[in-house]
Amino acid sequence: MGFDITSIRNDFPNLQQTVHGEPLVYLDNAATTFKPQSVIDAITNHYSHETSNVHRGVHHLSEVATAAYEGAREKVRAFLNANSTKEIILTSGTTDSINLMAQSYGRALLDEGDEILITEMEHHSNIVPWQMLCQEKGCVLKVVPMNDDGELIIEEFHKLLNAKTKLVSVVYISNSLGTINPIKDIIKAAHAQGTSVIVDGAQAVSHTEIDVQDLDCDFFAFSAHKLYGPTGVGVLYGKEALLDTMAPYRGGGDMIASVTFEKTTYNVLPYKFEAGTPNVAGVIGLGAAIDYLNTLDFTDILQYKQKLLAYGTDQLSSIKDLRLIGTAKQKTSILSFVHPLIHAHDMGTLVDEQGIAIRTGHHCTQPVMKHFGVPATSRASLAMYNTTEEIDALVKAILHAVEVFQ
Amino acid sequence: MGYDSKTELYQQVILEHNKKPRNFGKMDDATHDAEGYNPLCGDQLHVYLHINADNVIDNITFEGEGCAISKASGSMMTQALKGKTMDEAKALFTEFHDLVTGKLNPEKCEHHLGKLAIFSGIWHFPSRVKCASLSWHTMKGALDKEQTISTE
Repeated sequence: MGFDITSIRNDFPNLQQTVHGEPLVYLDNAATTFKPQSVIDAITNHYSHETSNVHRGVHHLSEVATAAYEGAREKVRAFLNANSTKEIILTSGTTDSINLMAQSYGRALLDEGDEILITEMEHHSNIVPWQMLCQEKGCVLKVVPMNDDGELIIEEFHKLLNAKTKLVSVVYISNSLGTINPIKDIIKAAHAQGTSVIVDGAQAVSHTEIDVQDLDCDFFAFSAHKLYGPTGVGVLYGKEALLDTMAPYRGGGDMIASVTFEKTTYNVLPYKFEAGTPNVAGVIGLGAAIDYLNTLDFTDILQYKQKLLAYGTDQLSSIKDLRLIGTAKQKTSILSFVHPLIHAHDMGTLVDEQGIAIRTGHHCTQPVMKHFGVPATSRASLAMYNTTEEIDALVKAILHAVEVFQ
Repeated sequence: MGYDSKTELYQQVILEHNKKPRNFGKMDDATHDAEGYNPLCGDQLHVYLHINADNVIDNITFEGEGCAISKASGSMMTQALKGKTMDEAKALFTEFHDLVTGKLNPEKCEHHLGKLAIFSGIWHFPSRVKCASLSWHTMKGALDKEQTISTE
């Protein structure tokens, strides 16, 4: 069928608008992606016709909502190529998934002096939960450094990985640099040491095909809203044998088998980790997002985005004095940059005047900013619905900003 | 695409103060100083004041990293506050705060802001209000003897 950009753009109502009198150019997809009409319809349909709680009533609507909710879980399983829906825990997002890992898995696993290995390019959500745990348990956070292209120094990873390393938690694709990490090598090396690996897949899910069995990761976390789905929904995949050993993270309804004041027994996987009424409509929306992606050819999408990346890299590099931050050989369509005359926030406001949305700031990766010696960067992150014309518009707006600040 | 200036945010005065900030640098004999931090953007600046026996600000400087709005605001603040008493500085802080949050319309209300009225349009940019007010919050923190000021 090929990759039909016009048809794809027509599926996203958010793209069809003007901002400050200009056609919107949305280049902030690493923060969140737009939702296709089918996702919006699925959520609207749930609230219009199928509103009900799940796993509870015997009445018609509860059955319908439960089937839709559990149907979405199966779609996630297939999307990740997990073995079983027991391995798919529905959370509120990547951050929630990683906190679940820290509080349940990490807390039981780690003792004083044990080490957790992360990398210099982690998002704060894969730093802070581990720091909190380290403080509580007296364990040590070790950090794999990166080079000035924003690539992990893999020899350092091998040096830091040792018998005391009980857990490796690493980002697959960096949100501020676009770097694609050699995740399979990392997992293989960690397993050889007997260490489990958590993969932060927040950016990876929209930028590469995921097969958790092929990766052989022990855990994989992502958010629906970076995959053309709604906010407030995320996933934690875990190998069943490991999830089985883990204690519940939150107590409440739905996660129990029986409750008396003397003793509570817990529900089976995956419900053991899903206390309280879940985000039913959001999960159904995630299922619809996966359905939407399944109508497209992922290989086509990846090729198209690599083309956008190559074009964007060329065009931005041609701007005098502009410095690209993140020049890894293996990277995805994320372009971070700084200009010596213009602070990122001024850049963001000036290109916004032209209807162009980019992200400016530290992107929740302050250690990355520190590495490159900048307080903040501007970041254009491209999705499958972006075009080379939109990159041209960005370049034109940057040149205008430079003119204003000259 | 047309490139007429659509906003009044980046006026010449602001661009000029950004390029050549006044009273920029450390003050060794400061009687009051504080560090200001905006966690949203990572901007960081330090405000130093020298206040004499009559409670008059006889010298004020600032230094740090920031966007054009925060640098220009810091620069213009130092110009506005030199020679003012502590009470006058605090009163001006309140007026400036009201200005950038849209509570004070400089064309309708009486005020003592002078050139600072140039920041009146910034309340249209909620994410940038803190850029303009960081130096002022830091200055007030220094007067109140607070060490670290965060805009969050």
